[in-house]
Amino acid sequence: MPRMNATRRHPVNFTLNGRAVSVEVENRMLLSDLLRHEIGLTGTHVGCEHGVCGACTVQIDGRPARACLTLAQQVRGSDVRTVEALSPNPAELSPLQAAFRRHHGLQCGFCTPGILMSLDTLLRETPDADRDEIREHLSGHLCRCTGYASIIEAALAAADELRKEEKTNA
Amino acid sequence: MKSLGAAGGLIGRPVERIEDAGLLTGRGRYIDDLPVRRDTAHLAILRSPHAHAEVRAISTAAALALPGVFAVLTGEDVARLTRSMTVGVKANVECWPIARDRVRYVGEPVALVVAENRYVAEDALDLIEVEYETLTAVVDPEKALAADAPVLHPSLGTNLINERSFGYGDPEAAFATAAHRISIRIAYPRNSCTPIETYGVIAEYDPAEDAYDVTANFQGPFSIHAVIARALNVPGNRMRLRTPPDSGGSFGIKQGVFPYVILAAVAARVAGRPVKWIEDRLEHLTASVSATNRVTTLEAAVTPEGQITALNWDQLEDCGAHLRAPEPATLYRMHGNMTGAYAIRNVAIRNRVVLTNKTPTGLNRGFGGPQIYFALERLVHKIADELRLDPLDVIRRNLVPGDAFPYRTATGGLLDSGDYQTAIDRACAEGGLETLRQRRAIARAEGRLYGIGFAAVVEPSVSNMGYITTVLSPDERKKAGPKNGAQSVATIAIDPLGSVTVKVASVPQGQGHRTVLAQVVAERLGLSMEAVRVNTELDTSRDAWSIASGNYASRFAAAVAGAASLAAGRIRERLAAIAATQLNITSENVDFRDGKVLDRNNPDNALSFARVAASSHWAPGTLPDGTDQTIHETVFWTPEQLEAPTATDGINSSLCHGFIFDICGVEIDRTTGQVRIDHYVTMHDCGRILHPGMVEGQVRGGFAQAVGAALYEEYAYGGDGSFLTGTLADYLIPTVMETPEPLVLHHETPSPFTPLGAKGVGEGNCMSTPVCIANAVADALGIEDVQLPLSPSRITGWRHGEERPPSKPLDAKPAATGASGERMLTGSGSAEVSATREAVWAMLLDPNTLKAIIPGAHEVRKVSDTHFRAEVTLGIGPVKGRYRADIRLSDMVEPEAVTLAGGTEGALGSGRGTGRVTLTETTNGTRIDYRYEAAIGGKVASVGGRLLDGAARVVIGQFFQALARHAGGAPSLANGLIQRLMAPFRRRG
Amino acid sequence: MKPASFDFLCPDTLEEALAALSQGGPEARVIAGGQSLVPMLNMRLARPALLVDIMRLEALRRIETSGDEISVGAGVRQAELETWTSLGRDLPLLAAVFPWIGHVQTRSRGTVCGSIAHADPSAELPLSLVTLGGWVSLRGHKQKRRVKADDFFIGMMATDLAEGEMIEAVHFPRARPGSGYAFREVGRRHGDFAIVACAAVADERGLRLGIAGVDDRPRVFSLPPLDDSQFDDAINDIAWSLNARDDFHASARYRRDLVRSLGRETLKEASRCRA
Repeated sequence: MPRMNATRRHPVNFTLNGRAVSVEVENRMLLSDLLRHEIGLTGTHVGCEHGVCGACTVQIDGRPARACLTLAQQVRGSDVRTVEALSPNPAELSPLQAAFRRHHGLQCGFCTPGILMSLDTLLRETPDADRDEIREHLSGHLCRCTGYASIIEAALAAADELRKEEKTNA
Repeated sequence: MKSLGAAGGLIGRPVERIEDAGLLTGRGRYIDDLPVRRDTAHLAILRSPHAHAEVRAISTAAALALPGVFAVLTGEDVARLTRSMTVGVKANVECWPIARDRVRYVGEPVALVVAENRYVAEDALDLIEVEYETLTAVVDPEKALAADAPVLHPSLGTNLINERSFGYGDPEAAFATAAHRISIRIAYPRNSCTPIETYGVIAEYDPAEDAYDVTANFQGPFSIHAVIARALNVPGNRMRLRTPPDSGGSFGIKQGVFPYVILAAVAARVAGRPVKWIEDRLEHLTASVSATNRVTTLEAAVTPEGQITALNWDQLEDCGAHLRAPEPATLYRMHGNMTGAYAIRNVAIRNRVVLTNKTPTGLNRGFGGPQIYFALERLVHKIADELRLDPLDVIRRNLVPGDAFPYRTATGGLLDSGDYQTAIDRACAEGGLETLRQRRAIARAEGRLYGIGFAAVVEPSVSNMGYITTVLSPDERKKAGPKNGAQSVATIAIDPLGSVTVKVASVPQGQGHRTVLAQVVAERLGLSMEAVRVNTELDTSRDAWSIASGNYASRFAAAVAGAASLAAGRIRERLAAIAATQLNITSENVDFRDGKVLDRNNPDNALSFARVAASSHWAPGTLPDGTDQTIHETVFWTPEQLEAPTATDGINSSLCHGFIFDICGVEIDRTTGQVRIDHYVTMHDCGRILHPGMVEGQVRGGFAQAVGAALYEEYAYGGDGSFLTGTLADYLIPTVMETPEPLVLHHETPSPFTPLGAKGVGEGNCMSTPVCIANAVADALGIEDVQLPLSPSRITGWRHGEERPPSKPLDAKPAATGASGERMLTGSGSAEVSATREAVWAMLLDPNTLKAIIPGAHEVRKVSDTHFRAEVTLGIGPVKGRYRADIRLSDMVEPEAVTLAGGTEGALGSGRGTGRVTLTETTNGTRIDYRYEAAIGGKVASVGGRLLDGAARVVIGQFFQALARHAGGAPSLANGLIQRLMAPFRRRG
Repeated sequence: MKPASFDFLCPDTLEEALAALSQGGPEARVIAGGQSLVPMLNMRLARPALLVDIMRLEALRRIETSGDEISVGAGVRQAELETWTSLGRDLPLLAAVFPWIGHVQTRSRGTVCGSIAHADPSAELPLSLVTLGGWVSLRGHKQKRRVKADDFFIGMMATDLAEGEMIEAVHFPRARPGSGYAFREVGRRHGDFAIVACAAVADERGLRLGIAGVDDRPRVFSLPPLDDSQFDDAINDIAWSLNARDDFHASARYRRDLVRSLGRETLKEASRCRA
């Protein structure tokens, strides 16, 4: 592949929330800015741009990752998933989202999309995740409103729910 | 819980929040999400790397020439179109949102760039050249008062911008006759509740009407609107200020966005297009606002039984480089409750406000409370220690008695309600104090470090807008006219289909205002919550608002929800009158239930709410005589208890006073010094609880922030004013792993002064928890002086004795550094060279030699025999930057000794240092000895301090090693490491 | 906080990558996971002219065992090694270390070799590599060399990597039966950079203690047995030799104290594991 010049925009193709996306970006464009300002999916939030706060967390190829520490060019060919893809339809919340609402797992909601993306991965991979595993995944996120307790409760409740769902489906 | 409305029972229920579905699905509308005009440009701000410097020149031509740049503004450009911001005290000082001739804190705006996007705007920042003449900085509030301290504002002539003394009761007599005088000295650090969403502003200017239209995630108080409009030189009605529907947390901090409202507005005017600015995290940590740091000496007159008869407060408040509105409010918000939960009748207070080379301060959750309660509650524990009493007994002995409410404090506060004794008894019993004491006994018997602390705190809410005028003398207040009250406002509107909309000027940042308002209004009108829609966006040109509008001082539940309830009550009254004529009953018999308006005695005799509600639109002529429309009802409510300060400086600074009693058990790891919170109990009396889930959320959230303040968080400055905590890897916000779960208890005594009996609840733990943890740590360690944050290193420092020396002297002395946090680097070294002293001396004065030995030098220019300028590229790992270096030689004793003083300046920051070089003749040539002191400032210090001290040492070392090598010798410290490190620099040099 | 502009190359072959790096000189940098580099780009602390993305080079994305050595290619993400099935058996020290490296969300993108190349003096992976006595394979346009980990790290974010070179792989000696390993760390918060981190190996050759967070690179020392009368002196002298510095997170004295106490505990645990 030829060297891509700094002063021009270059194509990047990837899958975003299940759909193929093709955009042109400068090499230096961050994935967080691409999602928010070029594509218009503003659910992914930006809190620090140095990878600590976790607000911008999305899923890249099924793993939680910081969109602010990812160049748009680095997701070429990848599968990116954002908070906008979590609920089954616009009028319905996923079990994880519903648990957050039930347990007051959010206040200002700014850190929430990133937290949901991390927990969504965890609960998908480890349906019987316990409190410690949930805390471990949450530790990569800063929340200033809740004191975290209600987030843990919401995650535990969602895990319960998902296990029940699985049993019913099985 | 008892409900107000017959049909409702909504108030007090933990219903799911209206806000959440949108927020959970990524459909929130925060400021950076809002649609903007297509021609909107982006603003980036060049900020000072220096804590104190004269601005000699700013060169913007290269930035302006960059494609995509629309405008570049300096302080002078801004000043031409604005006025200085209003300062809250009488003082000969100006307050600009951007530096003009002088910078006074690291991060102070120096120039603005407007460009097509943020990336290009930042490219342009790199092209602006500023010539600074650095001045000595002062960061310590006590040192700032010294006669020889550098003065920040020459027009003021001093750094002491305000001083007032107060006396209540007869403190002199109480102290003169006291059995014991016990005092404590506290230096409370700077911290901030740092919301995860940063500041954001979208500004537009209409030249045809000379009017500004700004959207900002500002949180109020809207008294600041007046400050903005005045600064922009327009009447209030030409300064339209709007807030977005969602805000990503504030905790007071987003009050501080207002200087940027002014800057963005002016930038939009100059650029001729809308301008958007989203603050980045480095900007936020460096230059938004924080709580004040404060030095307090508090003395108590105490009886042998531990009863406090008088307090003497001496508070030195550090507001940073400028006194920005509404400061010095932090110092006065607590004025009415300076005696806390205690009945102390004699109080003396001296309040001084000092300016230092740090970021200006502003609102922060707890506002003034953490600072005073840290002193007061530490003192109570100290009294117990000195008199060998149980701290809990000292607390109980001094409490305001349960039958004394409403209780007028010595300083003029009116404590509305409470039952402190019972709340404490319940907290001790239900919180398991006895178990905790047993745990402490066992731990201590095993040689572990375990301590218990308490804190009793009165949590004020709903600020009196007049309290800040306590800073003025009674005469000054008389001239200025009285200021008081706390107007809260709510509007209820009914549309032609009879559905209800509530609008309030409350500007929530996550507190669920829309949900609670829907609960309150739905209950009053007998509707389901879904039937009521709430709008909390604020638009100063369309909505009802006043100076007290906004979301601060925990005013929502007590004041705003109350105003909405009153407005709903008025509408209800009128609807009842309208319905009564149609139902053929008297209006007293009209009830509102399940979306119906009906006869209380005959429920079948009913009308739909919508039909009655819409009649003002469709058939105004049918309204009964004397009954007003029901289309739109706005209620302004201000409590009568919030009076202006009295002639003797009495002030009821807040309407409501909640109560908190905390118990904390901590264990400290003997090895690491880490504090583990073993058990935490927090008892709250916030009056009537409107939504248990949200109250719980407020308490736990405030608690987590307070744990941060107690153990982790500090906005740290070096002695030279460099800012050291510019990233979230340095400013340490607790994660879930560091946040214990407290036991939260409630004891409700409804406020008689608020429409719903509610009080504020969100700030209390920020006031009580830091000192409660500190009391527990002091108890565990058996020491008196504890300083926040209680870092493991600090705690170990209080404990450890003499350090075991090395078994044999070290080869290289450990680098001598100053006190922890001090930025000065020092070091020394020596080298033997074959050249003569004279030859080495000549090298030091020769630009060509300097070029060869200055690390990364591209070019060295001789300005005079003793003054050189160089362009250098310095880098460690991937961190690389180009700098201008300035080197001067002084104290020259040819050919024996010379002092080299140098400074570097570049986009990444600045460095300065001095080195003394001595040359001694040896049998083989010359020995070069050097010692140096150096400091790094600016961005590198803020974001990379952890690494870059070491990096600076390497670079300085390189210089002297290179000098030695150049002079034909082998530096005694030279090894492969230095050679390899130098390789890239040499190649470029 | 946005990066300055740079050229970007996503080569299809290692040769192409090496040619570009060689051509780009000091202004070219490799980007792998980007978890250390991108924050520096965002803050404009780093402003390379060219970034070479090596994550498409399949040859670099392998974990390979050959004889007594585990080789981790430059494209292997931390999460991939963390979940490698033989980790607990073959690299028990790393199994203990991984939970301390950043967070789940950064380990999912960050690479093992990226952390080695970054050479943060507090970082856990460089410490592990040095303590285990591992190696670093470097590739240049024309040459290939293997450097002992202890020689690779030369200072604060400074390594032996020459211009035009990149790390091709790092090599960890495989755990041998009868060896004990332990890791301890003290940081301010979970996931923070270490104030002091200690890694220890106990085997038939004796005790080895690696220390990060104190000196400007990870350091490794051999120590006498714990019950030896000289042990206290030895670890005390190590603490003093590390040139500990004060910063606002921790004093030099605190760091030395932790080296003494944490070092002893880590060695004790490694010895226990061995037994």
